[in-house]
Amino acid sequence: MLFYFRMLATRALSLVGKRAISTSICVRGGHGVAKVDDYALPAYFDRRENPLPDVQFVTELSAVQKSLKEKEKGSWATLSNEEKIALYRISFKQSFAEMNEGTKEWKSVIAGMFFFIGMTGLVVLWQRKFVYGPVPPTFESEWKEKEVQRMLDMRINPVEGFSAKWDYENKEWKK
Amino acid sequence: MSLAKPAMRGLLGKRLRFHLPIAFALSLVAAAAFKYGVTEPRKQAYADFYKQYDATKEFNNMRDAGVFESVRPTGE
Repeated sequence: MLFYFRMLATRALSLVGKRAISTSICVRGGHGVAKVDDYALPAYFDRRENPLPDVQFVTELSAVQKSLKEKEKGSWATLSNEEKIALYRISFKQSFAEMNEGTKEWKSVIAGMFFFIGMTGLVVLWQRKFVYGPVPPTFESEWKEKEVQRMLDMRINPVEGFSAKWDYENKEWKK
Repeated sequence: MSLAKPAMRGLLGKRLRFHLPIAFALSLVAAAAFKYGVTEPRKQAYADFYKQYDATKEFNNMRDAGVFESVRPTGE
């Protein structure tokens, strides 16, 4: 009996595949027992990148399931389709199709995005009114007119850009 | 259940055989579109501009507008 338990504790945790290990005890060198916590044992989880988890999903098999497991040890050709599905559901919780299906989480994500963008907009408006000082004089209309006139005089971008759109003969913007 | 066995191998090759020709074709189209939509008109615009360009006249106009520091407008 002691040999059996030691085999479980040291090497064969994954071979057994059942969570009944939680009730077994690790006997360590005569000092007493160390309780094995639930989270330290091999766990079952549905992940696409880990298709065969360490343990099967159903831990306590009912009588029907136990007899099915016995039948599984024989030839699989004798298993009906329902029995194969039942065996699958013993080992796995969700199929790949079920675990991969999308959620409706994106709606919350978009809603949250809009909400926070709105809040940011309010903060920016408040800042514009109460934090920033006046804008420099270079933004006034007269200044801007003189600026544009000087740019045209200097022939800024005369080929495709700014001055290219000005009609120098008639002193107006090209139509 | 009698589902067909899914493809187990050659998935990357299949994807590449499908997507690489499309990728090359689209890249060529993008390059051609940029060449004939942007660079050729730009080259033509510059050629047309300099065909009728009189540097001296432009210089005198700019000088009279007062943008130079090395020469004052004519008559000052």
